Amino acid sequence: MSTSAWSAHGRLERHSLLLIIGIIIVVSIGGLIEIAPLFYLENTIEPVKGMRPYTPLELEGRDIYIREGCYLCHSQMIRPLRDEVERYGHYSLAAESMYDHPFQWGSERQGPDLARVGGKYSDGWHRDHLTDPRSVVPESVMPPYRFLAERELDYHDIQDKLRALRSVGVPYTDAMISNAQTDLRDQDDAFNGGTGLRARYGRNLVIRNFGGQPGRTTEMDALIAYLQVLGTMVDFTTYKADAPGNRR
Amino acid sequence: MVSGPLMSSTVEDRGAPLDASVYLIVCVIGALVATVATAASSDPLFQFQGYIFIAAFVLGAAALLAATLSGAFKPAPDQYMDGVIKAGAIATLFWGAAGMLVGVVIASQLAFPRIFYLPDTGFLNFGRLRPLHTSAVIFAFGGNALISTSFYVVQRTCRARLFGGVTPWFVFWGYQLFIVLAALGYLAGITQSQEYAEPEWLTDLWLAVVWVAYLIVFLGTLWKRREPHIYVANWFYLAFIVTIAILHIVNNLAIPVSLLNHRSYSIWAGVQSALVQWWYGHNAVGFFLTAGFLAMMYYFIPKRAERPIYSYRLSIVHFWALIFIYIWAGPHHLHYTALPQWTQTLGMTFSIMLWMPSWGGMINGLMTLSGAWDKLRTDPVIRMLVVSLAFYGMSTFEGPVMSIRSVNALSHFTDWTVGHVHSGALGWVGFITFGSLYCMIPWLWKRKLYSDTLVEWHFWIATTGILLYITSMWVSGIMEGLMWREYTPQGFLAYSFAETVSARHVENVVRMTGGLMYLSGLFIMIYNIWRTIRAPETELGAAPLAAPVLAPAE
Repeated sequence: MSTSAWSAHGRLERHSLLLIIGIIIVVSIGGLIEIAPLFYLENTIEPVKGMRPYTPLELEGRDIYIREGCYLCHSQMIRPLRDEVERYGHYSLAAESMYDHPFQWGSERQGPDLARVGGKYSDGWHRDHLTDPRSVVPESVMPPYRFLAERELDYHDIQDKLRALRSVGVPYTDAMISNAQTDLRDQDDAFNGGTGLRARYGRNLVIRNFGGQPGRTTEMDALIAYLQVLGTMVDFTTYKADAPGNRR
Repeated sequence: MVSGPLMSSTVEDRGAPLDASVYLIVCVIGALVATVATAASSDPLFQFQGYIFIAAFVLGAAALLAATLSGAFKPAPDQYMDGVIKAGAIATLFWGAAGMLVGVVIASQLAFPRIFYLPDTGFLNFGRLRPLHTSAVIFAFGGNALISTSFYVVQRTCRARLFGGVTPWFVFWGYQLFIVLAALGYLAGITQSQEYAEPEWLTDLWLAVVWVAYLIVFLGTLWKRREPHIYVANWFYLAFIVTIAILHIVNNLAIPVSLLNHRSYSIWAGVQSALVQWWYGHNAVGFFLTAGFLAMMYYFIPKRAERPIYSYRLSIVHFWALIFIYIWAGPHHLHYTALPQWTQTLGMTFSIMLWMPSWGGMINGLMTLSGAWDKLRTDPVIRMLVVSLAFYGMSTFEGPVMSIRSVNALSHFTDWTVGHVHSGALGWVGFITFGSLYCMIPWLWKRKLYSDTLVEWHFWIATTGILLYITSMWVSGIMEGLMWREYTPQGFLAYSFAETVSARHVENVVRMTGGLMYLSGLFIMIYNIWRTIRAPETELGAAPLAAPVLAPAE
């Protein structure tokens, strides 16, 4: 560089406002170029059939998953690598986390990936495992979560939660919001017809008492309901990865 | 302290009691608002935060009142403002010990889950302690180190008293309140699940207020400077403060469930939230843990070695290159995910390019010692500062390697990443902080450091601890990655996931031992500093302050 370039830099060294403007411009470029297109490029999230917003019970379970920091040891992102697809199932699609505010992909696997854990184990297995992980997996380093089964689920603010999520783009309907309290109770009750619930959230919904204490809805019920829905919304028996629409 | 008037008294200096009264009024109003909000809320976790706010505002008001009545806010425009720096140095050591202790606890939980988990105390589970550990070491230990050294360096290199009357104290105590809100919040279960940005919306808003005050104090001091040039360390501090503000605000944009509810939902979802988070997350490393600590390097290494910075032009080139390129590197945390591949490729490319400006900083720091290499043998503090640069160089080489897609396919999700982070955090961030504090605390308190021998002990125990930590995590991470992808000759996966967990037991024990050694080193330092501060004042320690302002070599 010529001497004049160095002396031009001297101006920045003498004017803090020029320096700060220079810094803001320089640090903005990369973020704008990488992040902004994700909001308008249509192939960022390719639509798939089956995605729906979480039910109130699943959403409360997801909030417990977040509260307990499960994302710190469990990823929810199956990479398109041979061993991962064979171990965990079909690789994760962008659309599968489109209603996750924020994403739960994780960054570390002290424990296995959970993106498709739904339906892999029985509710009873999950209860035993959460209560005392080493009773079912002797090698496990996971903490015990016995207290979840002892704490009643506090869902007094579930309607506010659905409303907040709708304001950031999750398509909850007015009916979903106004029925949130009863929908939450109904999903945890095997002897409830769940007609309204199914009409609002789809026919494939799992309705049963997840926590194994009929009549009670504990934090354990909500968490297991969430775990059991993970990765089950998209039907991969009919999903064709090679279809032109699913190719990038 | 510095002799003679530093500058003519200005409005904000004479107005110290006035701004103290403004803060007093704010505290009283804050306490009232917090009380009403706490009473009106039906959310126990919101109320929990409310009680912390009430206690903080009441304590703040009481302290302001007591200080005003006792005349502690006497204007002293001709002196550096050092009280807040001393408080910051002590807070750095306190939070360092707390954060690293939690780190040892969670390492023990992974090594001995049957012993270190208590089934009836959910708040001590790994998932709640891990954000406590990361936030305590990054934001509490690192943040206090950055705030206190930046206040020290900006005053000395501008030859001006800190701007803003009692505002620097607001920055300090406001930041401690942020730490307490975040830390107790994690234990209670308040988190938004974005790594290194876990605090919920209320705590985020409070940090934004404190951070703006910090920027104003720093910029205001630059405006008052009596040096024509802004010294290079201050460029790095400024880039750190400004960029962290941008990252913090964008990544934490969220809609609260209600104004009286602790919980919020991020406005970002899925793929976009993943990229925004790792744009934030990687630049928390780039600007919090790198740019800010490079600023410390640019002041304390030349000062301690009594040599000018090796190359002024290298510092210009690597400063702009570093802050430009770092921002792009985030997507390397998302290789092989559902993030579009063009973004992953961009992130990888810039991560590899980042190697050069990173090493530019290392070379500029190391070569500053040319002509003074003998000090490595005689001065354990210089050795600590130089070894921190060696670790910086190593981890900024390892990082680009791990950002390559095919390497990342193996390393991602494994302990290798954990080891990489710790070679940077323990080796670079920790050691540059310890070295700077070993310089700054004797200068501030005008005392001689109590014991160089204890610094030697600290150095060797901590260095051995780091080596145990990172080598065990290399072994563990690479083994785990290889086991996950191992096939039997018949074409089946060779190992169940649980087998890869039990295979890592030995490494987890070694890692715990390494962490414990590093923590022990810090306790030695705390004892050494305590004895230093407690000793009677000497003229010896004051000497470095008389040295002329650092001029970079052309």
